[in-house]
Amino acid sequence: MSAAPLLEVRGLRKHFPLRSGVLQRTHAWVRAVDGVSFDVYPAETLGIVGESGCGKSTLARLILRLIEPDAGSVRFAGEDVRGASADRMKRLRRDMQLVFQDPHASLNPRLTIEDAVAFSLLVHGTSRAEARERARALLGRVGLEARLYGRRYPHELSGGQRQRVNIARALVLDPRLLVLDEPASALDKSVQAQVLNLLADLKAERALTYVFISHDLNVIEYVSSRVLVMYLGEIVETGTADALAQAPKHPYTQALFASAPSLDPDRRLERPPLSGDPPNPIDPPSGCRFRTRCAFAMPRCAETPPALRAVGEAHDVACYLYEREAIVGAPTGCTHSGPGGDSDLRGGQSNEDGTRRDLRESRAGHGTRAPCG
Amino acid sequence: MAVTTALPRDLDAAGATPISYWRTVAWRLARDPATLVAGALLGLIVLSALLAPWLAPYDPNAGSIRLRLAPVGAPAHVLGTDEQGRDMLSRLLWGGRMTLVAGLTPVLVAFVLGTALGVLAGYVGGLTNTLVMRTMDIFYAFPAVLLAIAISGALGPGLPNTLISLSIVFVPRVVRVAESATVQVKSLEYIAAARASGAGVPAIVRHHLLANVLGPILVFASTQVSLSIILAAGLSFLGLGVTPPAAEWGLMLNTLRQSIYVNALVPALPGLAIFVTSMAFNLLSDGLRDAMEIRT
Repeated sequence: MSAAPLLEVRGLRKHFPLRSGVLQRTHAWVRAVDGVSFDVYPAETLGIVGESGCGKSTLARLILRLIEPDAGSVRFAGEDVRGASADRMKRLRRDMQLVFQDPHASLNPRLTIEDAVAFSLLVHGTSRAEARERARALLGRVGLEARLYGRRYPHELSGGQRQRVNIARALVLDPRLLVLDEPASALDKSVQAQVLNLLADLKAERALTYVFISHDLNVIEYVSSRVLVMYLGEIVETGTADALAQAPKHPYTQALFASAPSLDPDRRLERPPLSGDPPNPIDPPSGCRFRTRCAFAMPRCAETPPALRAVGEAHDVACYLYEREAIVGAPTGCTHSGPGGDSDLRGGQSNEDGTRRDLRESRAGHGTRAPCG
Repeated sequence: MAVTTALPRDLDAAGATPISYWRTVAWRLARDPATLVAGALLGLIVLSALLAPWLAPYDPNAGSIRLRLAPVGAPAHVLGTDEQGRDMLSRLLWGGRMTLVAGLTPVLVAFVLGTALGVLAGYVGGLTNTLVMRTMDIFYAFPAVLLAIAISGALGPGLPNTLISLSIVFVPRVVRVAESATVQVKSLEYIAAARASGAGVPAIVRHHLLANVLGPILVFASTQVSLSIILAAGLSFLGLGVTPPAAEWGLMLNTLRQSIYVNALVPALPGLAIFVTSMAFNLLSDGLRDAMEIRT
C-alpha cells in the first residue's frame, strides 16, 4: 500500500432533494452519500458492501461523475475528476469505466451487441472498421464468439451473456479502473461464479484495478483484497478482507457477517442477527446512524457521530466501543462476549447467543449496555 | 471457418444469423391478417385518391340540374349524384385527396415538432421541461374539437388554415408521449453507460435515445390520423375547412345532409368513406404497435 493511490475520494457527499407541490419546493433531502473518503491503490480490488439503499450505487456514479457531488473531491491518478473540463473528462472516461447491475436495462435493445461495444470506441474517434474489429475481439475474450453472437440483439441473450457484453463494453476503452456495481447480483449462482472468475482473469490479464460493489458478503470476501462497509451513506468500517472476516469490529459489520448464510448447520442462526430496516436516509438518526439498531448503543452515540479510528493494521472503524482501544493501540481482552473481543462472531455458539440476548434486551427497552472495558 | 459457410440455411437462421429489427417487424406484420387487410384497404384508398384525375368518370364539380340525387346504381352514375347533380364516384375519389391531406399533414407536422419538443423537454429536464410541458398543458385543457374549431374560426376557412389548426391540436399530444418515453428511456442504464463512455449529448440522443423512443411515438401518431381525418371532415362540415365547391368528404356530408330523407344511401357514402378510412388507420396502427414492440 505504499504506492500512490490510483483513486482518492475525499469527503464525497451527495444529497438528493425531494421536491413536491406545484412550485417543486425542496422539502427534504435524501442523504445518499454523506462524507465518504477512501483510497484505491493500483491493482487491488476494493470491495464496498452494505445493505440496499445505503448509497453504494450513488457512490459508484459519483466516482465516475455520472452525477455531480455536492461536496468532496475525486482524484484519479492525481487528477481532479470533479473539476475536469469537458475535454479532459472525455479522456478521463477512457481510464475509468462502470459495469452496471441490471443486465436488462444496461444494453440498448436496438443495438447489436457488437455495435454496443464498438460505440464507445467510435465516440473516441476510432475508425468504424477498427472499432468493429476490436469489439469483436473483446467479445470473443469474454466468451461470446463474435461470429456467433456479434450481430445479435440483447433480447436474444441470457442474463449472464448480457453481463459479459457489459464487461466487454466497459473494457473496450482499455480502462485502468473498473467500478463494478453489483455485477453479478442479478445472476443465478452458477453464472455468478463464471462472471466472477472471468472478472478475476481479466483483472490479472489487463492489470486492472477494481472497485467492487455488492450487498453479498460472500462475493465481496471472495473477490476483494480490502473491504469498505457502508451504512446509510457513511463508511463504518474498512479493513482487509481477512481482517474483517476474522475480526469484524463494528456491530454492523458483525451483524452482516453473522447474517451471511453458513453452510455449516451448527453455525446456522435461528433468528436474524439484525432486525428491521435501515432508518430512512431522509432523516437519519443523530450521532451514529447505526445506533437505532445497535445492541451496544450508549447515550453518547446519539450525540456526535463517531469518526473512523484505526484499530489495527489498515483497519479503521467508526464506533465509540473502540475508542479506548484506539488510544491504547492494542486490542483489549474482553470479559464478556460482544464487540471488542477478537472473537469471530460466526465462530462460537456462545457468542451468537450473547449477541442475540443483547439485541433482545435493547429491543425490550432495558436500557443500553456498556461495552467491555 | 469454412464450416460455418457450409451450414444449412435453416440451421443458420435458427441460431447464428440474427434478424434485423425492421425485418422482424415486417415478419410480424406479415402474420397479422387484420393489419394486412387494413393496410391493403388503405393502400387502395390512397391509390384511388392519387389516381383520381384518371379514375374519375366525370368532372367532380360539373353538375346537372336534371340529374339531381340520382340513386346508387343509376345508369351512367354508379354511386348516384349529389344535390347538384354531380357524380358521387368522382367526388368521392377527388374528395379522398383532400381528406387524406387534411388527415395526414397535421399528424406528420405534429410528429416532427412534437418529437423534437418532447425529446428536448424529457432529456434536458428541469426548467425547460416545466416550460414546454406546462405550455402544452394549456392546449391540452381544451377538448380537441373545441380547440380545432376555435383556431379555425379565428384563422378563417380554407385548407391551409385547417392544417394549421389541426397541427396545433396534435402537437401537444405527441409532445406528451415523446416526453414520457424520453424520460423513461433516459433513466435506463444504457444511457448512463453511453455517458460513462464519454459520448456527447448529440451522439447519445441519436444512437441510444431516438432509436428507442421513435417507435412508440410513431405508433401513437398513427392512431391520431383517424382522429385528424374526422376532425378535418368535421371542420369542413361546419364550413370552417375546405370551401365549396371543392370535394371533401366532410363537406360532402354537410351539403348532402338535407337530402337524407330523399335518398338515404347517397348522403351516407362520404360518411362510410370516412369511417372505412379511419378504421383502416386504427387497425393498422394497432398492428404496428404489436409488431414494433421492442423486446428487451
